[in-house]
Amino acid sequence: MEVRVANVRKEFDRFPALRDVSLDIRSGELIALLGPSGSGKTTLLRLIAGLERPTAGKIFFGDEDASSKTIQERNVGFVFQHYALFRHMTVADNIGFGLKVRPGATRPSKEEIRSRASELLNLVQLSGLEKRYPAQLSGGQRQRVALARAMAIEPKVLLLDEPFGALDAQVRRELRRWLREIHDTTGHTTVFVTHDQEEALELADRVVVMSQGQIEQIGTADEVYDTPNSPFVFGFIGESSSLPVRITDGQVWIADRPIGLSAPNHPPGDALLYFRPHDIELLDGCSGCIAGTVVASRRVAGTRRVELEIGGERQRVEIELPVDHIATQKSRIAFRPSRWKLFPVKGAEN
Amino acid sequence: MADPEIKSYEPVHDNISAAVTESRSARALLMTIAFVFLGIFLLLPLIIVFKEAFAKGVGAYFTSLNDRDTLSAIRLTLTVAIIAVPLNIVFGIAAAWAIAKFEFKGKAFLTTLIDLPFSVSPVISGLVYVLLFGAQAMLGPWLKSHGIEILFAVPGIVLATVFVTFPFVARELIPLMQEQGIGDEEAALSLGANGWQVFWYVTLPNIKWGLLYGVLLCNARAMGEFGAVSVVSGHIRGMTNTMPLHVEILYNEYNAVGAFAVASLLAGLALVTLILKTVLEMRYGAELAATRGH
Repeated sequence: MEVRVANVRKEFDRFPALRDVSLDIRSGELIALLGPSGSGKTTLLRLIAGLERPTAGKIFFGDEDASSKTIQERNVGFVFQHYALFRHMTVADNIGFGLKVRPGATRPSKEEIRSRASELLNLVQLSGLEKRYPAQLSGGQRQRVALARAMAIEPKVLLLDEPFGALDAQVRRELRRWLREIHDTTGHTTVFVTHDQEEALELADRVVVMSQGQIEQIGTADEVYDTPNSPFVFGFIGESSSLPVRITDGQVWIADRPIGLSAPNHPPGDALLYFRPHDIELLDGCSGCIAGTVVASRRVAGTRRVELEIGGERQRVEIELPVDHIATQKSRIAFRPSRWKLFPVKGAEN
Repeated sequence: MADPEIKSYEPVHDNISAAVTESRSARALLMTIAFVFLGIFLLLPLIIVFKEAFAKGVGAYFTSLNDRDTLSAIRLTLTVAIIAVPLNIVFGIAAAWAIAKFEFKGKAFLTTLIDLPFSVSPVISGLVYVLLFGAQAMLGPWLKSHGIEILFAVPGIVLATVFVTFPFVARELIPLMQEQGIGDEEAALSLGANGWQVFWYVTLPNIKWGLLYGVLLCNARAMGEFGAVSVVSGHIRGMTNTMPLHVEILYNEYNAVGAFAVASLLAGLALVTLILKTVLEMRYGAELAATRGH
């Protein structure tokens, strides 16, 4: 089922949580809504579900306008951040709930509900736990039961709010892979909310990066990582350093020196230079480079992160070097970004 | 070597840290004061009630209970409770649901209103109904001309009782429902349940112990209320006397056995309520912890 969000705006007590958001989700796609807290990602998810009504704009399920439909009519599977399992019901009853509350004509028999619950438990690899109560399950198991419960109603769309937020790192990674498998087997159109970029990049077909109630960028993991379209996305996804620079005659300058990068198409004036710590080349002599004093050096897994202080303004940037690189011994390092991007300075961002 | 040392730092049980624990003598003194106080003011009167009730033997006890007016008082008290308690269950759940699960204007005002019967003297509550439905009041004559008697009749007693007891259920449920939030309800809705199914399958099971607890307290008060009921009842023997009112009448007539026999029934009700309350607290302590005790 395709889902189309068209110019949706949502205000809570006049405070805009979403400002004019549009998004097309393809059928069978696995989409991540990624952003810091307060970016509106959960609000967008709840709007798609029908747990909230948009202040303006429409939401389509296929060609059908779902904006005025209630959550019951939309037939979505929603997995809540804290699972919201019914604590007084067994695992099997939890999973069968959506079938049990169907109106008489479409309600399956008790045996059918029971066997459907067992099937789903099998799918989420929890066979044999039918009789347990939610309190007797681990966090990861509860998550799986919540997912099975949401899938029991054969939803048009599966929506997950911070699905792995409350789990520890090990279980998270496991469940992430598992969710991808489930998605590939069942083919549900799936949208999940996360603030964890690693999760979004690894799991999703496309990532929707959100900030301050707006969509910053929509793209595959490669697209949002390699070609971020705004300083926010550059800063939010992956590691990055930024330096204030000036563009003159198509050259990038820091203070009074050109750094050997040409930007012929960029309008002259102040700008921000963004690059990733590992996208750099070290230079020996410095005729057109960025040079800085080493102020700190940290070992991060297989590499060494070196923090440099640049120029009179004492701007700090981070670069990444191989652990045994000779430059890590030096007190002064010259380098030049090999992949980089310039963004014009907007008033607020400097 | 290090083991014994670590042992000595083990936390004191029951979450009382060593630093705030008083010396043995101070503890003994505090506990003695508490027990003596409760003994004099609670336990002693309770014993006296039963002692006086059985002062002339078991036969006299049952004879005095078998009196026509006494039976009528018991019947009236039960009738009032049977009407007032369900009304307050409905009202309590509705109010708690509204306050805990919705945002609306006047919420704080509603919360304050619910507390009103706790802060107003029951006699005043009764007087309000006299002023509202009395012979000189606006509503009284009109209702009377339509053949409806409120004051000095059962409806008035029920009204006064409902007024005095309505905070109990709501007060139990509001903090419980606020703590539980609306997550479970949203989940049920997303699975296709309608409003009634959500309430029946999800909300009610989540609050049932808190509700039962509130109902117990509400019932105890409904049967035991004196002040408000006394003002509106008119004390017509065999007609509008509830058990507490009947106790007073019997006592004023120097019928000690009769008075204490009826009183012993009320005391028995209190004991049963207390026992049920304790059992509930023991079995469902965690769930009840969210509610405040009274």
